[in-house]
Amino acid sequence: MIDNVRELLRAHEGLKHEVYLDNENSSFVPQEIVDAMLPYYSKSAYGNPTLTHKPGWEAFETIMESAQKIAACMGSNVPEDVNFTPGDTEANNLALIGTASAMKTRGKKIAISEIEPLSVLHVADMLQKQGFIIAKIPVNSEGFIDLEKLENAVDKETILVSLSTVNQEIGTIEPIKQALETVKDKNPHTVFHTDATDAYGKIPFNVQEMGVDLATISSYKIQGPRGIGALYVKEGVNVERILEGQIGTQRLWPGVENTPAIVGFAKASESVFEGFGDNVQRMQQLRDMLIEGITERIPDIKLNGPKGDKRGSDNANISFLRCEGEALTIELSLKGVYVSSGSACTRRLLQPSHVLVAIGRKFDEAHGSILMKVTRYHTEEDINYVLEVFPKAVDRIRGIVGSTGVG
Amino acid sequence: MSRMPLPYNPKVLDLFRNPKNLGKMEDATVVAVAGNPLCGDMITFYLKISDQDVIEKATFESYGCAANIATSSIVTEMIKGLRLEDAWKVSWKSVTEAVGGLPSVKFHCGILAVGALKRAIRKYYKDKAAPPKWLQDEISFEEKQALEEEELAKLVSKRMKMEEK
Repeated sequence: MIDNVRELLRAHEGLKHEVYLDNENSSFVPQEIVDAMLPYYSKSAYGNPTLTHKPGWEAFETIMESAQKIAACMGSNVPEDVNFTPGDTEANNLALIGTASAMKTRGKKIAISEIEPLSVLHVADMLQKQGFIIAKIPVNSEGFIDLEKLENAVDKETILVSLSTVNQEIGTIEPIKQALETVKDKNPHTVFHTDATDAYGKIPFNVQEMGVDLATISSYKIQGPRGIGALYVKEGVNVERILEGQIGTQRLWPGVENTPAIVGFAKASESVFEGFGDNVQRMQQLRDMLIEGITERIPDIKLNGPKGDKRGSDNANISFLRCEGEALTIELSLKGVYVSSGSACTRRLLQPSHVLVAIGRKFDEAHGSILMKVTRYHTEEDINYVLEVFPKAVDRIRGIVGSTGVG
Repeated sequence: MSRMPLPYNPKVLDLFRNPKNLGKMEDATVVAVAGNPLCGDMITFYLKISDQDVIEKATFESYGCAANIATSSIVTEMIKGLRLEDAWKVSWKSVTEAVGGLPSVKFHCGILAVGALKRAIRKYYKDKAAPPKWLQDEISFEEKQALEEEELAKLVSKRMKMEEK
């Protein structure tokens, strides 16, 4: 297997330009952020922050300062609100399972949307098997949640509502404030969680202004290191731990704190929030250049998700009809453009993305979908290169398809 | 939904980049299709068959992943010049071997390609007075798998549409 992969990599030799747009699934870490992290591995603050020696106290100081910075970026002034976890998957698990455990005597009902990430969707399915009652709120063809159905789903028994602020796949900016008011009007005790991983650093997002109880954020989604995320927990909201062990500075997550990753997360936050408006505008411009460029150059495509201001600043998700997604990702990779497809091959059937199915895309439309996310580090030259490569790649794959499956 | 690493070998990559015998054949004796765009996996074979039941030429078109393209392409290479009786003996295992192996989640691509081939051969004899003895009435493993994949795709698609409502 490893030899095959080496050959695949060899096939990429001599690329004149490379553009990584698969920032949904992992991200490069800019050198300035790596440089900020490095001293915390070997020079200082490598101790355990709860122990009584200098490297421990250094770690404590570093973690608290980082939490303070991240809290400020989210619109909170309480560093203890930021609970570090090993990533957004873990933070979402903690939000759902931890709230369900803490609230199970008050009720059994939980509401989410149909288009939540798998770390919410699959956890909700698991909770359902344990006896909780899950309502999955539908969305319209652009991915906007049906507020009326949400209102109808919430009652005295509802302990938790979890809705993403920005959809991770199609970029829909949900009316979270309205959703929250709708929920709290029906039941003020319902805990409101939002996965804000695609909002933090990408659209204006402030936990206090919105009034959410819990919010998930993730480091790699803003080009910080992987292996670190956080769950914002508003003071007074009760969440139980889902793992047990040695508790240190993080009351909701046992184990030794990952100080260098926390530093990297804080550094990435500072980097995106310094000149926030400019960064967002820049991402929007690159995003629109990408979407409009593809629309002009390639026939038979469909944009998935809304256009303009109602779309996350970094997100482009396009279905290429008569074009299978995996084949297209390989073709693009060989030309130095790295993207992902919405469908995954599992045994005999290609599984279409649940988000695309929920907005009414047909299976074959979903199979030809490509997800791309621009960052503040991309340049117009990068997008121009993508636009040069893309039409040829789609043409070649469509050439193999020929008349198969038409009509 | 889960994702798996897909370490395609150099032969698959080569057939993906430079597929042999690609394209529609206008004067094909028989055309057969297997799979469905809903599965994300569909193959069309075009065969030119001589009066002596020999495959003179085979081409393909494919809507699918790299493994689908590679296995379809290699089948057209493997059957060129074969008598239909011998082409019928091509199995999905021999196709998988011919492309240098496939990740297990992609075995179905080779199965679908052979399913399409066997359908083509069966279709060719359907119009003839008497089918040869070697052609069993009972459908082969690959044809059965192709049929099941198509049914499964329809079923899942229908179920997801129901859930929407």
